[in-house]
Amino acid sequence: MSKRRLKGWKEIPMGGMVTEPGSSVEFDVSAWRTFKPVIDQSKCTKCGLCWIYCPEAAIVIKEDGRYEVDLTFCKGCGICERACAPRAITMVKEESA
Amino acid sequence: MKRLGLSGNYAVAYAVKMADVDVIAAYPITPQTTIVEKLSDFVANGELDAEYVNVESEHSAMSACVGASLTGARVFTATSSQGLAYMHEVLFMASALRTPIVMTNVNRALSAPLNIWNDHSDAMAERDSGWIQLWASSAQEALDTTIEAFKIAEDVLLPVMVNIDGFIVSHTYEPVTLPDEGEVKRYIPSKPLTNRLSPRLAYSVGVVGPPEYYYEMKYQAVDAMERSRQRIKEIEADFNRRFGKDYKDINAYYMEDAEYALLAMGSMTGTARVVAESLRRRGERAGVVSIRWFRPFPFERLAEILEGVRGIGVMDRAVTPGGPSNPLFVDVASGLYGMAERPVLQSFVAGLGGRDVSTDEFGMMFSKTKEAARSGRAGPCIYVGLRE
Amino acid sequence: MSTAFRTIKDIPKEEYFAPGNRLCAGCTAATAIRQILKASGRNVVVVTATGCVEVATSYFPQSAWRVPWVHIAFENAAAVASGIESAMKALNRKKKSDERIHVIALGGDGGTFDIGLQALSGALERGHDLLYICYDNEAYMNTGIQRSSATPYCAAATTCPPGRLSSGQSTQKKDLVAIAVAHGIPYAATACPSYPFDLMNKVRRALDVEGPAVLHALTPCPTGWRFDTDKGIDLGKLAVMTGLWPLYEVVDGVTKLTVQVPRREPVKRYLEVQGRFKHVKDEDVKRIQERTDLLAAKFGLGPVRQ
Repeated sequence: MSKRRLKGWKEIPMGGMVTEPGSSVEFDVSAWRTFKPVIDQSKCTKCGLCWIYCPEAAIVIKEDGRYEVDLTFCKGCGICERACAPRAITMVKEESA
Repeated sequence: MKRLGLSGNYAVAYAVKMADVDVIAAYPITPQTTIVEKLSDFVANGELDAEYVNVESEHSAMSACVGASLTGARVFTATSSQGLAYMHEVLFMASALRTPIVMTNVNRALSAPLNIWNDHSDAMAERDSGWIQLWASSAQEALDTTIEAFKIAEDVLLPVMVNIDGFIVSHTYEPVTLPDEGEVKRYIPSKPLTNRLSPRLAYSVGVVGPPEYYYEMKYQAVDAMERSRQRIKEIEADFNRRFGKDYKDINAYYMEDAEYALLAMGSMTGTARVVAESLRRRGERAGVVSIRWFRPFPFERLAEILEGVRGIGVMDRAVTPGGPSNPLFVDVASGLYGMAERPVLQSFVAGLGGRDVSTDEFGMMFSKTKEAARSGRAGPCIYVGLRE
Repeated sequence: MSTAFRTIKDIPKEEYFAPGNRLCAGCTAATAIRQILKASGRNVVVVTATGCVEVATSYFPQSAWRVPWVHIAFENAAAVASGIESAMKALNRKKKSDERIHVIALGGDGGTFDIGLQALSGALERGHDLLYICYDNEAYMNTGIQRSSATPYCAAATTCPPGRLSSGQSTQKKDLVAIAVAHGIPYAATACPSYPFDLMNKVRRALDVEGPAVLHALTPCPTGWRFDTDKGIDLGKLAVMTGLWPLYEVVDGVTKLTVQVPRREPVKRYLEVQGRFKHVKDEDVKRIQERTDLLAAKFGLGPVRQ
């Protein structure tokens, strides 16, 4: 994460409001993970349960209808794997850097 | 202009009606209750178009006020004593989140023992909450100050507490002149401020302020309070011009050539004036200083007024057990610390829990203050009228 | 009236609850909030009580919320929501604003069952048009798993630990929906994010009614209940299938089961997969099963599968 200059009191919105909705996307949670989900598209039935159960909105629906994992936001909980009846999702250990 | 016989509380209710508030959230407590009863009447009769929220506690009253104020609505509540204490934590949120709520605090002693009568311990306990505190000592002043309070709150975006003495001001009927309603509307037009909770903005309000930000966030409210000194002066000058009044941060009586003076807040300064007048007739150079803005504390003008005065008796109607002295005294003392030639300060506590302070007792306070002024030394705090 | 969600395609793709929040991996409260906001849409203000969700989603300078959001304190979410609802009503009526906004208050079990119950009762009694949602993870998880009055019988928490003289929580969970219904409100329901259609349709119905609505959602917590992060949704299902967490709604006082359970799983299956029940003795399991049987009879659930 890049080091940012911290805002001074004159620059912070009045009362400490956050005026950029959804700006938590700037916060990197990917390092929390030890396993990551990998989707085997050939087995995916597009039931959407992984998407609606994911706590992070880390499963995204592509324009062509495919479900993909956005690894920027995945905390690696594995809920999607267990939700996947056709077993299209497998949790795979992250390579240690 | 209409002249009515009104209690201090009813005078406040008339001011709130003229301010055309949008939301009132309040909980009954003596001696405040007749304010919100009157407002309920106004709402029930269609004389005031507002949502009256009958909350189940003062904590919820202040919480509802903060929520309502964030939408940009004009918001009012009133309380006393235990009610103010119960609001305590939310008061800090109201100021830090910069919600321009106007609240009347009808001053009453804090329990225990339970006591419904007047002193200033409730407001003093909230002096660090970031609220502007104005003090009114008559029904007319209560009405006028409440109208000003809306203007001040919405201008500097800080909540304003208008204090009036329980029963002495709140329940005493006086002839009150209602200001011209059209002029009030021009002075405080009732139009909503920005809705900070609008889906068009989708802001997050009341967030976690971690150590690297909390300080800056808190300082914003400190800065707002500091800047309010100048703004309140201007807003008050505008009020005085429009409505032919003469309100200011400090009322000074016989201070031009005073040798010594009593300093206090609220309605008891009236008795102090009467006693000072009789002392003056006997050739004494006695004066009276009445603090009208307690937050922001007008220490610079106080130093100007006290230039050349040799002794001041500070009358507190609240105590700070174990402190260097009591709350008003401490503020006066530290406010005057920068003066080249400081007056001697004598501390008094009087009138706790509604105890009457007689003219004789005021005479004693003047005479003790004079002694301190002449000797250049003050004694320990004097608990006026306390039985052994 | 809004239309019901029937298939996955009916569910809006918009995400009003952003990732990058600091809730634990596998937090089903996060799943619940995603579902709630998909059902409500963007025209809503969310008032949140102090708690996990509040601290983990609003850490300055970032926020996970893409809808207007406000937090004031722990015990006052319902009161703050009352103020907002009243203000918008006044501003709308006085033609000072044309924004029509739903108000949702969101509190954990501590902020709802315990410290916030008075404010909630006041808001329900006054009849504000708002939806109060309790995300119930059955303890004070944000401060480190202390018991609340929503912690179930026998569960371990840091302030009701099992020991020589203790089997964990010694009291029964309060019946929040019954408390809400006792206020004569038009809508109250239970929910669980393991049943997304049930939950989202309940949010829609709750927002559709005039007046106060309460939704009590069970949100399994891997950190506090001590289970693996992948099992929260499964545990929610098991809570429903054992009869411990019947899914129902109460519309104008009439109770209706919304998810049928023709054959119940024994409660033992639910208890044994959670570390917080690790110490539980056979007689306690038996007692929990008996109590669950009574609950099942009340809601018309089927018998336990042998």
